Amino acid sequence: MSSNKKYWKSVEELNENSSIVETLRNNEFVEEIPTDTFLSDKDSLSSSSTTRRDFLKYVGFSTAAATLAACEGPVHKSIPYVLQPEQIIPGVADFYATTMFDGFDFANLLVKTREGRPIKIENNTLVGAKFTANARVHASVLSMYDNMRLKVTKIDQKDATWAAADLKIKASLADAKAKGGQVVLLTGTLASPSTEKLIAEFIAQNPTAKHVVYDAVSESAALDAFEAVYGERALADYDFSKAATIVSVGADFLGDWQGGGYDAGYAQGRIPQKGKMSKHFQFEANMTLSGAAADKRVPMTVAAQKQALVKIYSIVTGASVAIGKIANEDVVVKAAQQLKSAGSKGVLVSGIQDKNAQLLVLAINQALASEAFSTAGTRQIRKGSDAKVAQLIADMNAGSVHTLIMSDVNPVYTLANSKEFVSGLKKVKLSAAFSLREDETASVTNIAIPAPHYLESWNDLVLTKGTYSLVQPTIRPLFSSKQFQEGLLSWTGNSASFYDYIKANAAVYLNGMTWNKALHDGLVVGAPVPTTAGSADYTAAANALAQAKSEGEFELVLYTKTGLGDGQQANNPWLQEFPDPITRVSWDNYITISRADAEKKQLTNEIVANGGLNGSYATVKVGNVSVTAPVIIQPGQAPGTIGLALGYGKKAGLKEEMQVGVNAYALYNNFNNVQAASLTKAAGEHEFACVQSQKTLMGRGDIIKETTLTVFTAKFDEPDVWNPTPKVSLDHKEVEATSVDLWESFDRSVGHHFNLSIDLNACTGCGACVIACHAENNVPVVGKSEVRRSRDMHWLRIDRYYSSEETFEQDNEKKESFNGLFGDKGSLGGFGQMESPADNPQVAFQPVMCQHCNHAPCETVCPVAATSHGRQGQNQMAYNRCVGTRYCANNCPYKVRRFNWFLYNNNDEFDFHMNDDLGRMVVNPDVNVRSRGVMEKCSMCIQKTQLTILTAKREGREVATDEFQTACSAACSSGAMVFGDVNNKESQVAKLAESNRMYHLLEHVGTKPNVFYHVKVRNT
Amino acid sequence: MKKVGNHNSISRKIVFSLALMLTFSFTSFSQTTPPATDAAAAPAAAATAPAAGTGDAAAGKALFGANCAACHALDKKMTGPALRGVAAKYDKEWLYKWINNSSALIKSGDAKAIKIFEENNKAVMTAFPQLSTTDIDNIIAYTSEPKAEVKAPGVTPDGKGAPVEESGLSNNVILGALSLVMLMLVVMLFFVNNVLTKVAKANGIQVAEKESSVSLWKAFARNQFLVLVASIFLLLASGYFVYGWMMQVGVDQDYAPIQPIHYSHRVHAGVNGIDCKYCHSAARVSKNAGIPSLNVCMNCHKNISEVSDTTNTDGYGKPFYDAQIQKLYDAVGWDKATQKYTGKTQPVKWVRIHNLPDFAYFNHSQHVTVAGIECQKCHGPVETYEVQKQFAPLTMGWCIKCHRETDVKMEGNAYYTKIHEELSKKYGVEKLTAAQMGGLECGKCHY
Repeated sequence: MSSNKKYWKSVEELNENSSIVETLRNNEFVEEIPTDTFLSDKDSLSSSSTTRRDFLKYVGFSTAAATLAACEGPVHKSIPYVLQPEQIIPGVADFYATTMFDGFDFANLLVKTREGRPIKIENNTLVGAKFTANARVHASVLSMYDNMRLKVTKIDQKDATWAAADLKIKASLADAKAKGGQVVLLTGTLASPSTEKLIAEFIAQNPTAKHVVYDAVSESAALDAFEAVYGERALADYDFSKAATIVSVGADFLGDWQGGGYDAGYAQGRIPQKGKMSKHFQFEANMTLSGAAADKRVPMTVAAQKQALVKIYSIVTGASVAIGKIANEDVVVKAAQQLKSAGSKGVLVSGIQDKNAQLLVLAINQALASEAFSTAGTRQIRKGSDAKVAQLIADMNAGSVHTLIMSDVNPVYTLANSKEFVSGLKKVKLSAAFSLREDETASVTNIAIPAPHYLESWNDLVLTKGTYSLVQPTIRPLFSSKQFQEGLLSWTGNSASFYDYIKANAAVYLNGMTWNKALHDGLVVGAPVPTTAGSADYTAAANALAQAKSEGEFELVLYTKTGLGDGQQANNPWLQEFPDPITRVSWDNYITISRADAEKKQLTNEIVANGGLNGSYATVKVGNVSVTAPVIIQPGQAPGTIGLALGYGKKAGLKEEMQVGVNAYALYNNFNNVQAASLTKAAGEHEFACVQSQKTLMGRGDIIKETTLTVFTAKFDEPDVWNPTPKVSLDHKEVEATSVDLWESFDRSVGHHFNLSIDLNACTGCGACVIACHAENNVPVVGKSEVRRSRDMHWLRIDRYYSSEETFEQDNEKKESFNGLFGDKGSLGGFGQMESPADNPQVAFQPVMCQHCNHAPCETVCPVAATSHGRQGQNQMAYNRCVGTRYCANNCPYKVRRFNWFLYNNNDEFDFHMNDDLGRMVVNPDVNVRSRGVMEKCSMCIQKTQLTILTAKREGREVATDEFQTACSAACSSGAMVFGDVNNKESQVAKLAESNRMYHLLEHVGTKPNVFYHVKVRNT
Repeated sequence: MKKVGNHNSISRKIVFSLALMLTFSFTSFSQTTPPATDAAAAPAAAATAPAAGTGDAAAGKALFGANCAACHALDKKMTGPALRGVAAKYDKEWLYKWINNSSALIKSGDAKAIKIFEENNKAVMTAFPQLSTTDIDNIIAYTSEPKAEVKAPGVTPDGKGAPVEESGLSNNVILGALSLVMLMLVVMLFFVNNVLTKVAKANGIQVAEKESSVSLWKAFARNQFLVLVASIFLLLASGYFVYGWMMQVGVDQDYAPIQPIHYSHRVHAGVNGIDCKYCHSAARVSKNAGIPSLNVCMNCHKNISEVSDTTNTDGYGKPFYDAQIQKLYDAVGWDKATQKYTGKTQPVKWVRIHNLPDFAYFNHSQHVTVAGIECQKCHGPVETYEVQKQFAPLTMGWCIKCHRETDVKMEGNAYYTKIHEELSKKYGVEKLTAAQMGGLECGKCHY
């Protein structure tokens, strides 16, 4: 039966007399294709330099040449060592304990080296090594193989030698001494006792010298407050595992707040045990990792946060502070009361950059006698002083600075008043910078000296008081670099090497340990050094803080992203391509704004036809500085605030592809992360590279299963209530989906059977696993435009879901109550509504990698049997067998298979690390580098499990319990990912597999995955 | 009709002369004997030459070989100085003292002793208190023999030895004889046939002419069925051979490239019986067997700077081998004269013989240490290879075949105890092959 329906191509067709419609009807192409003009023009045809015959000759010749060239196999050369170092056996990895601290990130590490090349960062798991690697630290190994590093010393931008630079600096120092000119050493936080001693010696020899510490992202307020109370410029250390009630006022302590590194302790308290888990209140402006993990998150402006803090202070301490009505008073009061009743089990943290606020934090924690708050073993990782930096710039402009020597800082890029700094720099007689990269600062100083990467240098560190960590080189310096400390040794006339200097100073810190043992372990743990208790006038601080008011149209809250942090590693493609855990946008920074404000300003985000996300541009104006950046509408952003990440918009020393985003440091006036700003819409649309366009879970409770602590404890023995097994209909009877199967199962009781457990309660979305997976498995970087086309290659992704209603539970209820298609409860409109996240949604993270299904849908559809199942539970992918039909990816319900659309290595179109010899040094030789046209996916680190088995075989022993690891599970500091052999009943993973919180992703599909998740329990 | 054959035909003459010539050459082949071992007599003559001095040079030679040769040569400085004519330089009593305990002599402040010590990089000579004065006399006698001017047998100036004939009838000779006999039979048959034809003609017997019929080829071409069958057969056959040819593309079995240093596994692993894993020690613990670094070579070659005078086989002679050792010294930066490292090194760029593709993971330690497989199983009789070559095809089929056939060595390895118990129950066998252990899974080698 034919249909009389008429289809319209556009509204224009309704207009009968439209000339456009008429033209389109007659012409297939809108514009004329100039074939006739080309072919009819005899002159151009005959004058063409290539005739048809020539063309055929070329084709014939090149085909023949290609065929002939293919006949001969390449000759491979093998060049052994002349003198093989004793500890290096080609093919066997060596591990060195070291410590990373670049002024921003820090961690106790084990560095895996192969044939003398560091290729992977692992966590040091010794007792006392409490700082685990985050995503940036994992990626730092690639930053060493950065082809844009400063390679030779430059004097006035011309290649020179260190000796020449050294002479020049010495002469300048002598001149300064003679004339009484000021010498300034401007460094980032050092946390290195030997370096500090050296600087003291330097200052003793050069009485006009002074040392200024500058942190690009300042924690000055907290440092000032702590110094005022405890008399020491340091930061308090927190142990969130000891806290039952956590109240955070604007502190993203799972992110980079006060250096970060708190997720391990926090996650411990988040795993419900015996009906107990910590309760977490978060009051914040931007949506952060901490806010996403919180049980109760309240978006509020920073001014409101200050008032809330005062309110909490007054309730907890009972001090009377005059404070009026505040926003969200009920939640604030509730949080304060719970905090008070938790007593020593409570803790309060705040990220408000205000000395008064930080004083109140100390006061509240003192009043609580919080166990989680520790003033013994203070953190030494931030020492910067905003005031001193401001003074230095003033001095420079006044012409009173004679010699300026900088190390590991990039003030020209990171200072808001960088213009003043540059103009001051011109008045300095001699300026020198030790710099890893030829960055903005190194390219304007008189002397630029290449600094070694931390994997190439010696150092000692005191990260927390009472511990002592060593930094040791894992490779010979790649370039002719000089360490700042070597410079200091030279200028103080000390002929010792810095290694000898450290060793000579180590005795005090070694705590009875030998030097070799300390070097082997990477750290020495002593007793935490207590700080004498102190106090300050807290009431005055509270009163001052209570006066806080929002200024300007918007509060601009500057933050650091999980990917780039303060921006030091901006030339690291792994980090650039790392999707932000919250927005899932890679390769960009952007203005985050609440939906209400976006609507007011007519700012939009939309998914366009090719699946990419587009966003409007907006101009933020702070004072006289304005910055135009794209906009992301961020659910959970406090109305009246906008967020913008620091660390982007760098230009110097960056490959072209990496020069993305805008420099938000320009707005970072007076080191205050909150600025009064105005916002106007700007022209144009920005194309984002966002890897997740579906933001909500749409009530699909079987993807992320959630329950509340109340239900969980009350019905602990009836998991079917909160962790139901999906049912399917078999012979018209409802049966459990797991009992129905198309396939016969193999017997998996013999040998190893690998499972990966992921606890959604412990996962904070930090992304360390994503980068660790990149490093271990040679995952290629594809670039912004490819990511936008959904061709990202991440083997492991962390899905982030928002609830559409206030909670996920309400989403499920809403979906269940759909009745019919239309009407108030109709599914047509209902699902549409559920696509948009709530203004303050619940957030859940879910790491998803290949689920290694025992009954894998991908395996059955592969026409060439390139993907098959191993007896140990791994879904194996034979790249050399794959012909690239992509059936498997289409048949995968989890969408974890990745296709190599291009040859990503050795390809100028993809100018990332795999395109140069230096960057390729990071490649793991045990894992294949995939070629074009091949499907790839998570292998469950089969190279690691095989190695563990082989080691055990060689040593003639059974594999130890919990010896098996994957890159992600080893990188997971929060304990969310646990990998192991479920056939070993003693193993942790076998116990987790038996837990009643265990469930499989999309269980009703019947794929029987070897990855399982744990129901998320919220303490609401 | 009578036909007379041309008795003077050229072809007959040629055939006859050829037969005659071959008959003679056969006899000359059979009489070939190896050249007399006159050259071998020369060293023997030198050895039995009257010894100078009082000692017994023959006994001295044995003692020298057992005690001194590690560091000394007669005519060349090694770790220690050259010793020929040492008796002329020092008096015997002093030599006794020095040999019995050189360091004591040095300590005592003896000027000569200190001079020698300084000259030889302050290397302390091992004390030999067990050598009696007679022994030392014998050694001195040996060192006092004049240098024998001997030339290695059959060595051509370019260092390659002349091919050495084997005694007795070689296979070639037998084959030659047989083919000659065959040839003669054919020739005789031809003559007999000729003669018979002539006889028949002379007797007037008419040999029946063959009936002219359709030629076989034409008949074949007319039979369409046969043509079809034949072409299918041809297609299949050519397909088979094309496939066979294609499958050998990239298989480099017997690949034996010329290496920068002519390293003879035959001399090292065969003649001298050095264990494979002495040099390829990484094979025990690593995925790579490892090409030994040059310092491993120098463990022995610090003292072995030349091959023995009699090393001359497979077409290579002493000068050739010595030149190879010199190449090693150049690469590692060892100065033979001063017995010192110069520090100037030149890494050797060996040509890799066994090339597995990137997508195949192979681990030596799994096979060598865990499975206890002999190196020769995959690498062939390396101890007989003068030039190293790729013995195995290194194809996946070759790997799989072995994995299917080889039993896993489980005894005494605690890793396997439990798994063996369970698996042998499952399969009902006592021995398990690598395949039964999962050794055929793709992901075990491809990741």
